[in-house]
Amino acid sequence: MKAKVYVTLKRSVLDPQGKAVQHALSSMGFGEVKDVRVGKFIELDLGSGDKTQAEQKIKSMCEKLLANTVIEDFKYELN
Amino acid sequence: MKFGVVVFPGSNCDHDCYHVLKHVLKKDAEFVWHKDRDVSKFDCIVLPGGFSYGDYLRTGAIARFSPVMEAVKKHAEKGKLVIGICNGFQVLLEAGLLPGAMLRNESLKFICKFVTLRVESTDSPFTKKAKKGGLLRIPVAHGEGNYFADAGTLAELNKNSQVLVRYVDNPNGSLENIAGICNKERNVFGLMPHPERASEEELGSTDGRRIFESIIEHCGTR
Repeated sequence: MKAKVYVTLKRSVLDPQGKAVQHALSSMGFGEVKDVRVGKFIELDLGSGDKTQAEQKIKSMCEKLLANTVIEDFKYELN
Repeated sequence: MKFGVVVFPGSNCDHDCYHVLKHVLKKDAEFVWHKDRDVSKFDCIVLPGGFSYGDYLRTGAIARFSPVMEAVKKHAEKGKLVIGICNGFQVLLEAGLLPGAMLRNESLKFICKFVTLRVESTDSPFTKKAKKGGLLRIPVAHGEGNYFADAGTLAELNKNSQVLVRYVDNPNGSLENIAGICNKERNVFGLMPHPERASEEELGSTDGRRIFESIIEHCGTR
């Protein structure tokens, strides 16, 4: 079983990295890009096991370590 | 009194802190390895600057799970002093010993220069020897010092005078020019500037000493 975790800065938090990427894209002629948010993608190999349990554990991993919920949101996929 | 300077893998200001405490201020100081689980003999724990665990994932995110941090939490709960400098501040935020979080500097640049801080409150063990509204010239050196907290937290910090120092000219985009905050109980302090780099004449400023001398006075008169 593999988990894919996506961590992004909350909407209410300014993303200086995203801003810089947006400016670069705009200066390259991609003016249609209105906003860029840069995040992290984390892949976890969980071996085999119960999916419901795995889901609870992933959530706990995200809340404790993978994301800082003061500034970041997370979502995950399990398959 | 005795200082304990924590050494994480990737700490790089540990020796600077030790040097200032031991050789400049002539106080008892010892290094504490990140795997140690007992810090009970120390009066003040210093979490130094650097790049603990390579700043992987987020600054301070991995360090907060080191064995020593459990002991540091207990130390803080007893009301003993903890000061986190730069990366140490980031570790305290990740550990939840101080509220808020750090974002990348607004400019995206690593900033390494002298800044001027205004002392906002002298009602703390870390600033009691400074003057309220007084200015301190102390250098910063960080890529992620852009302090963030939600509106509720910010209001709480202001209400309780937990912001001990603010930047006169904001170098990194920090909310409300925040350079350093303490907890509600006022025994845990985190700041981005490096007082240990401004504690000797030959380094251009001795203003950083004010912070260490405050700690020493506080512990001496307890």
